[in-house]
Amino acid sequence: MAETWKPETTEQVAEAVAWAAAEETPIELFGRASKRGLGRPLQASHGLDLSGLTGITLYEPEELVLSARAGTPLAEIEAALAEKHQALAFEPADLGPLLGGAAGAGTIGGMLACNLAGPRRIKAGAARDHFLGFEAVSGRGEVFKSGGRVVKNVTGYDLCKLLAGSYGTLAVMTDVTVKVLPAPEKTRTVLVLGLDETQGLAAMTRALASAYEVSGAAHLPATLIPESEVSYVRDAGASATAVRVEGPAASVAYRCAALRKALSDFGPTEELHGHNSALFWRELRDVKPFWSRPDCFVWRLSVPPQDGPGVVARIEARGDHLRYYDWGGGLVWLAIEPGPDAFDLAVREAIAGCGGHATLVRGPETLRAAVPVFQPQVPAVAALTARVKDSFDPRRILNPGRMVAGL
Amino acid sequence: MQMPEPDSTVLVRRRQIAEALGRIVPGEGVIADNDELAAYETDGLTAYKQRPLIAVLPETTEQVSQVLKYCQQEGIKVVPRGAGTSLSGGALPLADGILLGLGKFNRILEIDYGNRCVVAQPGVTNLGITKAVEGESFYYAPDPSSQIACTIGGNVAENSGGVHCLKYGLTTNNLLGLEIVLIDGTVLRLGGKHLDSEGYDLLGLMTGSEGLLGVVTEVTVRILKQPETARALLLGFPTSEAAGDCVAAIIAAGIIPGGMEMMDKPAIHAAEDFVNAGYPRDVEALLIVELDGPEAEVEELIARVSEIASGSGAVTNRASESEAERERFWAGRKAAFPAVGRISPDYYCMDGTIPRHQLPKVLKRMREQSEHYGLRVANVFHAGDGNLHPLILYDANNPGELEKAEAFGSDILKLCVEVGGVLTGEHGVGVEKRDLMGEMFTEIDLKQQQRVKCAFDPDALLNPGKVFPRLHRCAELGRVHIHRGQIPFPNLPRF
Repeated sequence: MAETWKPETTEQVAEAVAWAAAEETPIELFGRASKRGLGRPLQASHGLDLSGLTGITLYEPEELVLSARAGTPLAEIEAALAEKHQALAFEPADLGPLLGGAAGAGTIGGMLACNLAGPRRIKAGAARDHFLGFEAVSGRGEVFKSGGRVVKNVTGYDLCKLLAGSYGTLAVMTDVTVKVLPAPEKTRTVLVLGLDETQGLAAMTRALASAYEVSGAAHLPATLIPESEVSYVRDAGASATAVRVEGPAASVAYRCAALRKALSDFGPTEELHGHNSALFWRELRDVKPFWSRPDCFVWRLSVPPQDGPGVVARIEARGDHLRYYDWGGGLVWLAIEPGPDAFDLAVREAIAGCGGHATLVRGPETLRAAVPVFQPQVPAVAALTARVKDSFDPRRILNPGRMVAGL
Repeated sequence: MQMPEPDSTVLVRRRQIAEALGRIVPGEGVIADNDELAAYETDGLTAYKQRPLIAVLPETTEQVSQVLKYCQQEGIKVVPRGAGTSLSGGALPLADGILLGLGKFNRILEIDYGNRCVVAQPGVTNLGITKAVEGESFYYAPDPSSQIACTIGGNVAENSGGVHCLKYGLTTNNLLGLEIVLIDGTVLRLGGKHLDSEGYDLLGLMTGSEGLLGVVTEVTVRILKQPETARALLLGFPTSEAAGDCVAAIIAAGIIPGGMEMMDKPAIHAAEDFVNAGYPRDVEALLIVELDGPEAEVEELIARVSEIASGSGAVTNRASESEAERERFWAGRKAAFPAVGRISPDYYCMDGTIPRHQLPKVLKRMREQSEHYGLRVANVFHAGDGNLHPLILYDANNPGELEKAEAFGSDILKLCVEVGGVLTGEHGVGVEKRDLMGEMFTEIDLKQQQRVKCAFDPDALLNPGKVFPRLHRCAELGRVHIHRGQIPFPNLPRF
């Protein structure tokens, strides 16, 4: 990279982008670069380091709202929220360690650009659902804003949704506002041990179809059980199907007991409380089960929950892999031994039957350049996607090719 | 309200256009009779009326596709419409545009309990979805007050909310998939039964786009199991400040109620006179706080909220002891609009959102303006999320009073923006708030939004005259103005 700029103000960002637009020079955007290995590799001559745009600019706990400059470390934001017993309800995953970096290194802008979410996605949504407003610089070098600082707002198009998960290809976010929520008072997890994947899905489905407000439903096959640091899980020696409840103490105790009863015919059940429950879900959230296999290619599949095991079976017909399920079966994390076949065709074909999408979250740069990292789109959607990109960034200078070749 | 000048070259071709559309949608699907068109001349914002050129009521996605394609080829404007309950004039017809009614898309296509979702055609009512799944104790969470009539397609277009959205989210948070048709006739599927999008979140962008980007022909929403129980608290306060403090204290205590509604004195009296809900008449502000979930949780939270309310100075503090009582607490709030309709020949419903702590200031200014304009105002308020619904009382038969009500309303919305809020929380911009967009957005902000519109509808044929105060041609918006050779700021840190 010829040069990297580190702006400290929105005006400096705008000036840099305007220059790049004039020169038709592609620029790579990053905050603290913790997820730089996620997406297609870029060929940019200039870098825009946004980690200088820091600081929480507004936090009003009673209004459930927080604004920060885009390069603010997520850890700083989570600490400020924790002080007021609040949190980002969607549990943004920390993908740093999975991608070979440190934990706790991401920024709030990166979190939004990648539309991160965790196990609570099924109940609380993803980053997109909590993104209230922003100020950003478009690929034209113009400063614009969208949304606001209130949780209920339909004034104009919801451009927050577009920017969430756009991987820096539409605009450079400089200031962002998110909805925050009270952190759950208590957490408990019901574990059903020894189920196969089909039974595990059935157990998760029953729990999710109950009135017990399940906030996490995952299935960890026996092969990945040793990866957990929660001794109750590690020592189980069998697969674990996990269902989480959170909330006020009495309610959590009641719902936990009710779920154990409702799931008792599947097999023996256990409970994780407090710290153990939190640690277990953090492991699933951050894809810890694959940390010990740093060379494996890692895929992330979002499918209709009832199709999770079926998709996996179709991929398995093509070769061995490790996997676990979150989101009640709707999220499959898949690890494949490195080799000539990255399983991209197998993954795409397996999904084609049921709908959904797959992302190659981890893989060497050469692989991420060679196979589509994100789900290929049908031509009409791809054409619309290109027009949307051009509406923000007509010269295609912002992170070009990060998501789709040429875009 | 200035609408785009009707295109006379379209107006003179009315008969030919009706014939062409009749070939696409046979039978009674094309309405060109002037009297029959009267049924479509307005939506929930009844102050504005305009008969469409022609109304078309297609029954299949293929017909929608053909109609749109034809309209694009012929340069004819299209206004999509669900049940026509929009309170912002989103479905107000255009004299030179066809009205595309989706009322015949009224079937539930699939109920999938395993994946906890329902696939429905856009003309199914919001309540129709809950009705279809309540036998299994499921429901669809967003519950706009027009839910008995409003359609799920319209909910998508407006990103509708409701009293439960603080806890359960808006339409956008409960939507999984869409089939849409673009103005060129292209049929696209966005999302499905899985979560989050591949590529840009076009599903999220479509939600709340007010019919300006595409026409929704199929909707997939997630459904939830009904909570085991729900109870409500009726809390009366001597001042609106005290009620506002109570709301802040509830949230600061980490409690997110299923619903949290506030009414001011004029609204309390109107509602009480109408339905005898048992509201106290001597309070300045009334809160209804609903807690839902397992009984153990609801018991605990009712006690905690009741205590918080006492600490905030509540002079009425009653918890519902039965389902009938809970419903009675709600009856007045739910009847607030018609109740106000009873005490005034006309009322104008506003929809700004404010940071909640600004409520006392906003109410005070509103009272001053009420005196200034000589028009009464009653307030109902989604207190949890700061969404304010001032109802301005007026009589359209008194010359000049509608204009006064509009001016008052516009002052209120400007005030909402001034205190850090927004023009519309859930009713949409439509025609109503179109000319106020500049209060909240710069010309650059609005141009960026219109460029997004150009990506979908380059000839601005879908619902023109709504949302944006000025229409720019896409060619003009697409131009890139470049000042080559500028050196990026010499002071910028480099590495």
